[in-house]
This record gives sequence, C-alpha cells and structure tokens, in this order.
Amino acid sequence: MADTKKFLYVNRKAPYGTIYALESLEVVLIGAAFEQDVSLAFLDDGVFQLTKGQKTDGIGMKNFSATFRALGDYDVNKFYVEKESLEERGLTEADLQEITYEDENDDWAEKPSIRFVTRAEMADIMSEQDVVLSF
Amino acid sequence: MPYDVNGTAVEHDEEGYITNLSEWTKDLAGVIAKAENIDMNEEHWEVVNFLRDYYDEYQIAPAVRVLIKAVSKSMGPEKGNNKYMYELFPYGPAKQACKIAGLPKPTGCV
Amino acid sequence: MSTLHMVNKSPFETGTLSSCLKHCKAGDAVLLIEDGVYGAIDGSSISDQVKATVGDVALYVLDGDVSARGIDAGKMVSGTKSVGYDGFVDLVAEHDRTMSWL
Repeated sequence: MADTKKFLYVNRKAPYGTIYALESLEVVLIGAAFEQDVSLAFLDDGVFQLTKGQKTDGIGMKNFSATFRALGDYDVNKFYVEKESLEERGLTEADLQEITYEDENDDWAEKPSIRFVTRAEMADIMSEQDVVLSF
Repeated sequence: MPYDVNGTAVEHDEEGYITNLSEWTKDLAGVIAKAENIDMNEEHWEVVNFLRDYYDEYQIAPAVRVLIKAVSKSMGPEKGNNKYMYELFPYGPAKQACKIAGLPKPTGCV
Repeated sequence: MSTLHMVNKSPFETGTLSSCLKHCKAGDAVLLIEDGVYGAIDGSSISDQVKATVGDVALYVLDGDVSARGIDAGKMVSGTKSVGYDGFVDLVAEHDRTMSWL
C-alpha cells in the first residue's frame, strides 16, 4: 500500500492509576482498522502495563492486560519494551506476559510480539516514524 | 424498556446492549435475539459462543474482520466469511451477535 | 504521636514517595495505594531508599492494588505488610493523623 504510514503508540503510564493506558489501547484497536504499519513502545512506567498475573477483581476495573494478547489478530505485533525501564523498576523480561502473533508470511508460525530494546534503540525507533501518538 | 426474561428485568442501553455483562444467560440471549428478529439456531449459537469465549480470553469484543478471520481459523473458511456471517446476522455479526452474546459494542464499531 | 502517610503515585513518575520517606519519623507508617504500590518492588532504583526507611517506619500496601498490577509478594521489599480495605481503616484509626502525599 503506497499510503501506509508508520505509526508509533508511546506508552509511558502505569495501567490502572490513570486512564492513559486503557485509552491508548482503545485507540490502537480503533486505529487497526486503517491497516497502517503500527508499533507500540513501552517505556518508563508503561512497562508495567505488560506484567503478567494482573488480577483486578479487588479494584473493580477491567483487566485489560489480556487484550494485548489479542492485538496479533489486529496485525499489531511489534511491541518494543525498553530494557532500562524494566531494570529501574526491579523487573526482568520474565515478569512480562507472553504475547505472540501468527505470521501469515511464514505459514502462520507463532512468533513473539515483544522485542526488548535499549534506550538508544528506542530513540532510533522513534526517529523512524511518520506519526507518533503519546499516552 | 428492559428485556424481560421470564419475569426478570435486564437493563440495556439505548442500542440494546445489556448494561451489566454478568446478567447474561442463555434465556436472555433468546430474548435479545427475538428483539433483533433473529430465530436462534445452532449456527447462531456457534458464533455467539465463540464471541463469549473470545471476550472471556481477551476482554474485548473483536472487530468484524478479526471475528471472521478467527472463525475461519477455528470453524473453517466456509463459515469464516462475510456472506455466511451476514446471512446469520443481517445487521452485522459484530453488532447483532455481540448484543445477543451480552458483550459490549465492539471497540471502533460506530 | 504517629502519622500514617499515604502515597498513590508511582515513584518512577514523581518524587512523591522519595519526599514522603524523607519526612517520616520513627513510629510512622507508609501506606502505598493505587500506583504507589510500585514503590514496594524490590531491586528497583528506589528500593534502597525504601529499605533504609522501613524498620523504624512500617510499610503497608493495599492488596487489591497489588493484585491488579500483578506484583508477586516475593518481589516486594521484605517486611512489607499487605492490608485490605478493612486494614486500611484500622491504620487510619491507629494513627493520630493521616497525610496524603498527592
């Protein structure tokens, strides 16, 4: 598609204390209908959105961490997670949930959607985009 | 006016989506379907159950194209296509089937 | 005379928890709620400061907020106590005053 643009959704907020994280996810879902080249960036407190084992019954909110696992169906399969942000928060890669997509160009092989990148690599990713949406 | 399920009132919004997702029952699905002029058969139920499972796992109602792709994968391409889905749910699989399944309106569906 | 300090912001987003810890006196308690519970994770850039304060100062987290965020009990600074809403009320009652660090 000639008019495809590179969209980056930048997620810098923790999931439940504010509405930013959920709003970002909703925009990603709506935006997916436009079939653009979408990437998601998780840095600073945004990395907390992807932790595994979230159970929200006690706070009366929807556990939308499960919805990230559906994004592969929406052809959203580039999740860039910043390593330094994880480390500063006492987290490791193993603390995040597994998110996969099926690659239609590779006989629907299941592949990981999350890619761990350094802060410098994240800066490069940001600089390569046509449109950046921040939350 | 709320849906009437054997004498129990179930509230819905102005478009007919139920307000409290936990109030869904199979009987309620039948009542909503009737309001939508749909006579539920096994094939309708297959899609409704699929949507409920999808919501249970991912906490969203899928967009139409995602639903069709996923149905095609799990039930075969003879069911995972627009024609089949719109024959079952003439006003749109996402809109009508989600309503009957007791899910919120799919995100991005206007 | 003791104070219950409440922090509801992520320590990585604002300096609120750090400032709160610097203003705690022996016998006080710090209750982390909402995004504040991230401050209890061990091995983070703020956990040394938290550990230096805990002992003389009791550290509590609200369990519903911890579960929602998928924080495992084993990942929290040792000595952190978990309370529910009932324990939250008890803490407010036990201390002479409550200070919210917004």
